Amino acid sequence: MSARKKDSEITWRDIELGAVIRTPGNAAEYKTGDWRSEKPTWNKDRCIKCGICALFCPEGCIHHDKEGYFEADFYYCKGCGICARECWTQAITMGPEEQ
Amino acid sequence: MNKTAMTGMEGSLAMAEAVRLANVDVVAAYPITPQTHIVERLAEMVANGELTAAYIPVESEHSAMSACLGSSATGARTFTATAGQGLELMHEVLYVASGLRLPIVMGVANRALSCPLSVWGDHSDVMAVRDTGWIQIFAENGQQAFDLTLCAFRIAEDPKVLFPVMIHIDGFHLSHVVEPLYLLNQEQVRGFLPPFVHPFPLDPDNPVTMGAFTVPILYSEARKSMETALRSTRPLINYVFDEFAKLSGRQYKPVEHYRTEDADTLLLTMGSFSEIAMEAVDHLRDRGDKVGLIRLRLWRPFPFDELRRASENCQTLVVLDRCVSPAGPPGPVCSEVKAALYAQKKRPNVAGFVGGLGGRDLTPGEFVQMVERGKVIAAQGGEEIEFIGVRG
Amino acid sequence: MENFAVFVPRLVPQKDYFAPGHRACIGCGEALALRLVAKALGRDVIISNATGCMEIVSSPYPTTSWRVPWIHTLFENASAVASGIEAAVKIMNEKGTSKKTPKVVAMGGDGATFDIGLQSLSGAWERGHDFVYVCFDNEAYMNTGIQRSSGTPFGAATTTSPAGKVSIGQSTWKKNMPAIAVAHDIPYVATACPSYPFDLMEKVNKAVATKGPSYVHVLSPCPTGWRHAGDLSVKMGRLAVETGVFPLFEVVNGKYKLTMDFPQLRPVKDYLTPQGRFRHLPKDEVERIQKGVIREYEKLKKKVEP
Repeated sequence: MSARKKDSEITWRDIELGAVIRTPGNAAEYKTGDWRSEKPTWNKDRCIKCGICALFCPEGCIHHDKEGYFEADFYYCKGCGICARECWTQAITMGPEEQ
Repeated sequence: MNKTAMTGMEGSLAMAEAVRLANVDVVAAYPITPQTHIVERLAEMVANGELTAAYIPVESEHSAMSACLGSSATGARTFTATAGQGLELMHEVLYVASGLRLPIVMGVANRALSCPLSVWGDHSDVMAVRDTGWIQIFAENGQQAFDLTLCAFRIAEDPKVLFPVMIHIDGFHLSHVVEPLYLLNQEQVRGFLPPFVHPFPLDPDNPVTMGAFTVPILYSEARKSMETALRSTRPLINYVFDEFAKLSGRQYKPVEHYRTEDADTLLLTMGSFSEIAMEAVDHLRDRGDKVGLIRLRLWRPFPFDELRRASENCQTLVVLDRCVSPAGPPGPVCSEVKAALYAQKKRPNVAGFVGGLGGRDLTPGEFVQMVERGKVIAAQGGEEIEFIGVRG
Repeated sequence: MENFAVFVPRLVPQKDYFAPGHRACIGCGEALALRLVAKALGRDVIISNATGCMEIVSSPYPTTSWRVPWIHTLFENASAVASGIEAAVKIMNEKGTSKKTPKVVAMGGDGATFDIGLQSLSGAWERGHDFVYVCFDNEAYMNTGIQRSSGTPFGAATTTSPAGKVSIGQSTWKKNMPAIAVAHDIPYVATACPSYPFDLMEKVNKAVATKGPSYVHVLSPCPTGWRHAGDLSVKMGRLAVETGVFPLFEVVNGKYKLTMDFPQLRPVKDYLTPQGRFRHLPKDEVERIQKGVIREYEKLKKKVEP
């Protein structure tokens, strides 16, 4: 996602003053989606576009598409299942992550 | 050169006066003997409008240094003062200050560490914080308590430095003794000390993350970066001392000499006892002995080159430590001096003495004893601790 | 939307100031709470964070989840660092070296707040600094592996208060941090839970708008430490509130106000049963907890003025 050096290639000269990080939010390069063993699927027939799943996602990786239906960004989704558990119309099901 | 008249004041008050002239922004204050006069005077200055600063009366020294971290990281000129147990209580925070490269200035009224409890002066508090990554400078009289505090802000905040600085003044001997000195006026200080500009302070318009954690594959690189930077501050420190000399006529150096020109024996001291040692040197010179004195003005970064140059032509170097390193090599300063001289082709024999602990005075006569006894044990290469002025 | 009185999740601002890519556990209730708090705080803040779960998962060098200025130093000093930041912001404005007035926010877990950092927090409150303190309470030292804190509830098993042949786990009742906050006479104190996200965000807004110190205590369900399924974090928070274990309330200038009251509290075993940390408790200890919860809830209700 980013062009930065691998941790094992960073030299002492690359370290910023005070080891301060000057690129806000660059943790977004890290693919937490690799942690997943289950993934959520939205049933558009049941989704009422309320957004409660997006509000309750600890990663903040659920967003709505152009039509307003919600979906997870699988780069980050850890498959916790909170969205499926909390969905008011049970529009979300957790299924196995394909290999 | 001196635009102000000579005045007299305690070292503590001289330091407070320097902090006022430096137009500090934030003072974090917790009282501890013998530093109290510094924070009291600063409180008075703020209360009377002589100093416009935020005065935070914190609830412990750990919080004092922590508040300084927050203040300095936000871009404010920051000062605190402590002593002895207080310096120890903020021990872990000191590493953070240097690791984050925050230019905090702290006055330390050097005091003995418990147990037994002693509010009086020695260097055990200083020696406990050797490796905290702070620039450390020793004052030996009231004038220096004033001058070096001003230099501290200038050094700390320089973009080529950005390290915290400690100014050490001996507890009671300097903090509480009225000495003659020349102050500088506000205009002079303003010219010498530009405003503090942090390169990337805590600011919503440019968000930074300070204090991230590093895994093993990165920690060493971060430490080497910091250590190299601290070592590289030497030229700027000398530059600031030179600039200060142009302003005041008083030239400070990392190692300062007294009657060392043809000396075959040198005493080495830090802090106010240097002036007692000078009296002893005068007495020994009067009777024909070729003795001189060197004082370490700069303790960290350690002045390797200046020490080696100063000592290469003498036969004996007698070091006074005002701190015990129990069951370790005799005296922290003595061991560092020996280590610094170890690889030299031409170096003196070194003898170390421990004295002046917990406020105990040393007389010029005792310094003379150190020189005489020192020559003997240095030649024998003794490793035992020699206490000076201790009964029994 | 500026206020969260309209309970429409869709209308909540999309922008997150706590970026994904953080290393929190799968289903972490604290990360959810933090994300919501950061959303409510917005961009004009400076955060002083104590060592703990949220600090660690958000700042593995050289990456950071923070999109606002953020400083972490040590475990027990978030409030002292915040005091320094607040003083600096004020004096720089007074002296004209800055025109910016971000809100200062200190954050810490229950360990950092109840235990090791209590002194510096008390000091900052007594001095009256204008800052918000948010406590993310997952009821143990979770980041170091689930050791007890004084925020661990009675009967919970942790690694340093394990359930055993001669022990029922934590043997003391949870320290009442909101009461300690109120005892300092600070203008705003609130309890909140990410299971009630609008309430949480509204309380954060109120805290930010308060002049002087404010305290928001957020219950943060932890599947790893409480030993429940990762998808149940929001439900656990809800059960904590519905059983009266963690009542939601505010104290505004010393006046108590319940956020919600229930005609009938759910039995406490509804909350305890799904959690592995309470699994060892015999019936009589569950009874004791039930009595304790009712007792504390009644005490709280008495403080509420009509």
